Amino acid sequence: MSTRVFGEPIRRLEDPRLLKGKALFVDDVDFPDLLHVAFVRSSFAHGKIRSVDVDAARARDGVVAVMTAEDLGDYWSPGPLLVPPPPIKDIEFNNRTQVPLAKGKVRHVGEPVAIIVAESRYLAEDARDDVFVDIEPLDPAVDLEASAAADAPKVHDDLASNVAARVRQDKGDYEKAKAAAAHVVSGRFFYDHGASAPMENRGIVARWDDRSDRLTVWDTTQAPIPLRSGLAGLLGLAEAQVRVVAPFIGGGFGPKIMMFYPDEVLIPWLALKLGRPVKWIEDREESFFSTTQERSQIHHAEMAIDEEGRILGVKDHFLHDTGAYAPYGLTVPINSQCTLLGCYRVPAYSSSFEAIYTNLPIVTPFRGAGRQHGVFVMERLLDLAAAKLGIDPVGIRRRNVLTPEEFPHKHGLIYQDFTELEYDSGNYPEALEKAATEIGFATFRSNEQPQMRADGRLVGIGLVTYVEGTGIGPYEGARVTLESDGTVNVATGVGTQGQGHFTSFAQVVAEQLGVEVAKVRVTTGDTDQFHWGTGTFASRGAVVAGNACHAAALEVRRKILDLASQQFEAAVEDLELLDGEVRVKGVPDRAMTLGELAVLANPMRGAVIPGTEPGLESSRYFGPDRGTTASGVHAMIVEVDPATFEVEIKRYVVVHDCGIVINPLILEGQIVGGVAQGIGNAFYEKLAFDEDGQLLNASFMDYLLPTSTDVPKIESHHIETPSPLNPLGVKGAGEAGAIPVGALFAQAIEDALRPLVPDLTIAEIPLSPDRLFELVHGTGSDENSGGGSQ
Amino acid sequence: MKPCSFEYVKAESLEHALAVLVEHGDEAKILAGGQSLVPAMNFRLAQPAVLVDLNGVGALSGIERVDGMVQVGAMTRQRSAERSSVLSAHVPLVTETMPFIAHAQIRNRGTFGGSIAHADPSAELPAISVALSATLQVTSSRGSRSIAASDFYVDLLTTALEADEILVRVDLPIAVPGSGFAFAEVSRRHGDYALVGVAASVQCDASGVCQQARVSLLSVGPGPVLSTSCAAALIGERPTTRTIADAAAATASDDIDPEGDIHASARFRRHLARVLVERTLTRAFARAAVSAGAAEQA
Repeated sequence: MSTRVFGEPIRRLEDPRLLKGKALFVDDVDFPDLLHVAFVRSSFAHGKIRSVDVDAARARDGVVAVMTAEDLGDYWSPGPLLVPPPPIKDIEFNNRTQVPLAKGKVRHVGEPVAIIVAESRYLAEDARDDVFVDIEPLDPAVDLEASAAADAPKVHDDLASNVAARVRQDKGDYEKAKAAAAHVVSGRFFYDHGASAPMENRGIVARWDDRSDRLTVWDTTQAPIPLRSGLAGLLGLAEAQVRVVAPFIGGGFGPKIMMFYPDEVLIPWLALKLGRPVKWIEDREESFFSTTQERSQIHHAEMAIDEEGRILGVKDHFLHDTGAYAPYGLTVPINSQCTLLGCYRVPAYSSSFEAIYTNLPIVTPFRGAGRQHGVFVMERLLDLAAAKLGIDPVGIRRRNVLTPEEFPHKHGLIYQDFTELEYDSGNYPEALEKAATEIGFATFRSNEQPQMRADGRLVGIGLVTYVEGTGIGPYEGARVTLESDGTVNVATGVGTQGQGHFTSFAQVVAEQLGVEVAKVRVTTGDTDQFHWGTGTFASRGAVVAGNACHAAALEVRRKILDLASQQFEAAVEDLELLDGEVRVKGVPDRAMTLGELAVLANPMRGAVIPGTEPGLESSRYFGPDRGTTASGVHAMIVEVDPATFEVEIKRYVVVHDCGIVINPLILEGQIVGGVAQGIGNAFYEKLAFDEDGQLLNASFMDYLLPTSTDVPKIESHHIETPSPLNPLGVKGAGEAGAIPVGALFAQAIEDALRPLVPDLTIAEIPLSPDRLFELVHGTGSDENSGGGSQ
Repeated sequence: MKPCSFEYVKAESLEHALAVLVEHGDEAKILAGGQSLVPAMNFRLAQPAVLVDLNGVGALSGIERVDGMVQVGAMTRQRSAERSSVLSAHVPLVTETMPFIAHAQIRNRGTFGGSIAHADPSAELPAISVALSATLQVTSSRGSRSIAASDFYVDLLTTALEADEILVRVDLPIAVPGSGFAFAEVSRRHGDYALVGVAASVQCDASGVCQQARVSLLSVGPGPVLSTSCAAALIGERPTTRTIADAAAATASDDIDPEGDIHASARFRRHLARVLVERTLTRAFARAAVSAGAAEQA
């Protein structure tokens, strides 16, 4: 081949459309008779609904319908459990899922109580102010530890307690390991994650067309095909009558894989019922309640080490806040449990958790999906162990990372995909040494840091590692079709939310068919184009859908070569695919364009050999045995202002291994975007609920996303350890950037503050200048702190 | 997040706007740059029945030096003030402060007078108007009057403006030889409302004795807070590292009554106030010394 396209830093094919404003987003969908929706939401975290008075709202001009739970009749039912609990021995799971509109009781602030349909969103919101919801407030379960207690207010009255699940997984004998240990380090660790805050909120438009007898739904979902199947079932339609389009979507990050949000149940139903198209676009304020989020876990963990700093065992028990309902099962806490062991050799592990219902919005996976929490605990334990032994963070990790000879490595745990957790490949020592070298760890500690400290500057360095289980099953599919003008159409079922699928899938296919990437037209997320698949989650697009595209492209390549072989009366081995043509090697005038071959493959008259499939087309599916494990190391240097406690990131280094790279530019975007979200999680973002379960910062004025001035230049480096689990050798990269950042902040800031507080341990995320001030000066009363610390 | 319905009046002149205010009283609200008002309306926190848009009244914009003052029209865009050579030459504290106000896009729309009339306790312009002893010119159909900035801010988001009055101009005294200034703030992210901010305006005589020390703080009370401790401790003295530190400590402990919120505790705000008063005074006095030296040479 003259030019390879796979692996090249090709600019994204979709960007011109996006930059020119020509891409379709859900809110662009418009019809002359479109109706608009506003939800009446609970203003209490927990309460008994005495009555909902909608008469005044119904009477308002321009209001078409107002519905409460009672008005839904038989259509009202709790949503499906999307992910059943994995087959772990003695698992306890008390399944409660969200409802379309609250009935009898409200369980979190923002839970929808009524839906208003009007001629405009303005009128719908005016009518919302007309609705009177009479709620008798009940004590809410807000604080995680208090909610876990036996005497806590119960989120679900029919359960014995707020325990949503109890899970225990063990490998080896931790108590025996502990008995043999030279040292045991331990701590209580608090890790809080936040709102996914995509640039585009959620939204849905539904339109019933009498003439075609079909329903079309435009939805910001990450799972268009399961949504199509589910809606057909709910509405009593054939699947073929329902088309779900997930067009361009401004970011997903996980919460858009969650399905049958109340709006997704109600808006298509109303479109059928009212005979007019209906639109709901989530506004930024309601997104803090009506879209799922992640929140906190509290871990009590310990690590047993020998005198050399080798890990003998880890024990952990944690509480996980799952919010008012648990429609996504146990994915988040299982990820925490299984990712905690990270890159390390851990002979004994005893881990248990309780997922707890609280009167707070629902928790489902958000980029990282619980992995952050586990990585934070493990990395902090290692830092405590290093401090105990007087070795540095690189040294303790060097002693414990798995070596390439130890792969495949089984941790002896059941993972979120129901299989036994097994790392397929990796080179952890190389990544570790590369990161330590690039950040200049040794010289910073020996030369630069002492000098800067002598000048009164608070500078610190950190280095942490992580793994990311990616690319899990069950399967995805793709159809590759060669058209008569030489265009290659690729259709796949996964939705896309900005990951660059239009380019990376095109590269995978173009590589096999010998065409320019610009000739490959990719369609994602339209159930009329491809109707098998599960969705975009768990960093699996490139791995699972990418390999399906590869398989289909290989089959089309075979068909092209077979047909050309007949035409040229030449052996397949003597043919080559190049620049959109099939050529007989070494005979320049013996060539046909792929378009010409596509025409031949679709005869309009005459006869074909019975059984011949028309065209040059193939649909193929890929389902991996298990997920593939990506990994990496992050390192940074920070400076803390000793008076204002503002933190400046001086350098940030990433060494990342996601197997074979399809497009380095797209990968860079994933890494940088992930680190930015990680920085937000570590130092800026915090969902501040008060004791009544009210969110105090439901806007971007007070929910602080990191901006361009808060995110430094990321120096990224890659090593490529191919995955043996798929033909392309790729691993997922979607979540990696975000996973270890909290652990890194804790370690580096702790190091920076050491001159002020020599024995400081930071055991919580997120941090802030205010919190650092407290860690240094204590949590005193509001007295004059004019004396300073020095 | 859609506003309630409201009537919109595009004022053709100041007189027109004043007449609408007379007609609707408290029900009417002036629309200047809209950078605070419109979000508040979208949240339905503000529900004015009538919006009087001043954006078409050209006479209210402009920056001019008149005698010992720089006169800034109330509808002057913040971005214009930021880039004004007249202000940078004669009231440099304004130039130094402007970049701290939100983001450039917001300053393109936001107005100088709008921020002052809105009187957000976390806003920068109210604080520097107090530090600079600005005079605020207001007009109503009943006539015009001047209000000293230190008398203007009455309480949280409340000013001395009557319902029928419009702030039309801000008069800023020009810097004299021997004067120095500084602004500093700490915010969570660039462009956010400050956790604490401090504007300092000082003046020293040729021998270096402090004649004036106006230090105004933001985000530590219901409005801008003028430090009495700084004036008491520094006027009549030659400032030293020690006296500045003491003045800063006294300001933090005695002059302010900050509240805690999700971004910073009251205690951290007091701490930051001390740090920032010390930093701004140090810089302001250094500039005053340079200014006095330059005046002497001339």
